[in-house]
Amino acid sequence: MSMDLNAVRADFPILSQEIYGKPLVYLDNAATTQKPQSVIDAITHYYERDNANVHRGVHALSERATAAYEGARKIIADFFNARSVREVIFTRGTTEAINLVAHSWGGYNVRAGDEVLITHMEHHSNIVPWQMLCEHVGATLKVVPINEKGELIMEALDELLSERTKLVGVVHMSNALGTINPVAEIIERAHAVGAKVLVDGAQAAAHLPVDVQFLDADFYVTSAHKMYGPTGVGVLVAKESLLQTMPPYQSGGDMIRMVTFEKTEYNDLPYKFEAGTPNISGAIGFGRAIEYIQEIGFDAIQKREKELLAYATAKADAFEGLRQIGTAKEKACVLSFVLDGVHPHDLGTILDREGVAIRAGHHCAMPVMDFFKVPATARASFSIYNTEAEVDALFAALKKAQEIFG
Amino acid sequence: MFDLRDLYQQVIVDHNKSPRNFGKLEKFNHEADGYNPLCGDRLHVYLNVNDEGLIEDVSFEGEGCAISVASASLMTEAVKGTPLSEFSAKFDIFQHMVTADLSEVPDEEVLGKLAVLSGVREFPSRIKCAVLCWHTLKSAVTDSDEVAKTE
Repeated sequence: MSMDLNAVRADFPILSQEIYGKPLVYLDNAATTQKPQSVIDAITHYYERDNANVHRGVHALSERATAAYEGARKIIADFFNARSVREVIFTRGTTEAINLVAHSWGGYNVRAGDEVLITHMEHHSNIVPWQMLCEHVGATLKVVPINEKGELIMEALDELLSERTKLVGVVHMSNALGTINPVAEIIERAHAVGAKVLVDGAQAAAHLPVDVQFLDADFYVTSAHKMYGPTGVGVLVAKESLLQTMPPYQSGGDMIRMVTFEKTEYNDLPYKFEAGTPNISGAIGFGRAIEYIQEIGFDAIQKREKELLAYATAKADAFEGLRQIGTAKEKACVLSFVLDGVHPHDLGTILDREGVAIRAGHHCAMPVMDFFKVPATARASFSIYNTEAEVDALFAALKKAQEIFG
Repeated sequence: MFDLRDLYQQVIVDHNKSPRNFGKLEKFNHEADGYNPLCGDRLHVYLNVNDEGLIEDVSFEGEGCAISVASASLMTEAVKGTPLSEFSAKFDIFQHMVTADLSEVPDEEVLGKLAVLSGVREFPSRIKCAVLCWHTLKSAVTDSDEVAKTE
């Protein structure tokens, strides 16, 4: 299994531009990936030919829009191996999906004295909703610690899990460290004490295959825009048995079956959780993005991304004054680091002038920064379209930064 | 086309590497915190104003990018020994310099060494780094309990 790198790059029109007279080297894929022409075309086609509201009209456009929107749901259900399309809820993104679960499932099931268990490497979006829930109901938030490599300490997980644990929230792949967590094992251990598990797949879903049935995940959440799709749309894939018992998160049109001033009957799944006109073009673009991933295939994607990370890691190992943050055995696509004598924000600016786009900051994971005792890191994150030459450009730019501060 | 050296002039690199007036003052009567949450830049400034209304001593502590550290260092040099009553005008002059139109040449006679920071105008996302210390000192001068921020 291999892929034609030039052909893949040609699929992404944005890549062939210059920044300050230098070729764009886009290494901020963990923040958002670029979009292939097919996704851009799917969105354009929808607005040029099919635009109408869904689930309402009897006219041709509405039927086409509905078919495309629901078609995307089917693509997503198959991609994550959900049991049915009823288990696929469109959201604004990962953040909204987590908030949905925290409010609806959490508000209904987590009581005073209960515990919610998350990990030290969660993104703020998988910390704050649980913090708010715990504060609201009088539950306790517990945290699974990490080691110096940026891996979860699994023995501590066992110690922290108890019959008080109602939910475990865990990131599948850390955006700040690149660590891939053993979610199947975590889910098994959590289920053994009767806890449900939410897996934050925002970073993982474009890089490794996810089978929610194999994982036995109760809730799996992700965002389209980190998997070559548009911003503003994501998904909650959850067990139908859980969704059936959960109250709606937001209320309004589309999520109802019948409304009188005395009483409202909620709609069936998945519509019960999709109040209001959804992001129709976004969902369609999301579906097309997933097809794009499927066309390349995870065998080829993983093989290529491993190659590239190994190449970049070897360069980082040899680079004087560079300290990598996040050296887990199981990791993907992320090179997070600090450079002696050069603050990450200065690096970000200097690299930008060389055409190299990276992220500098706390990556919405301040507890991770605290753990490694750094205020921020520089992060280069890779995707299927990145090349070894681009990695070379990154390190050449780092050299230049060192010279400026020399 | 502008160069990175417009931003990272030698003076800035030097002040970042060995910031002046760094550390806590033994004697001070004003202080304040500054924090830019997105960057993570943190500053604390100490100020000692004497009975004649003169800034007798000023210092800062904290961590941040080269622009924020150098700017704080240069600021302490610029205000040390000057009347507190002139601070507000200095603040405005600096603020104007880093947000002025690119065609405007900074008046080095008025700005002195601070003029080296005029290069941040070319880097809009970095202006907040340069002005954080000034906002923090302003908080100290007015004895504001609120943490200064420029994001």
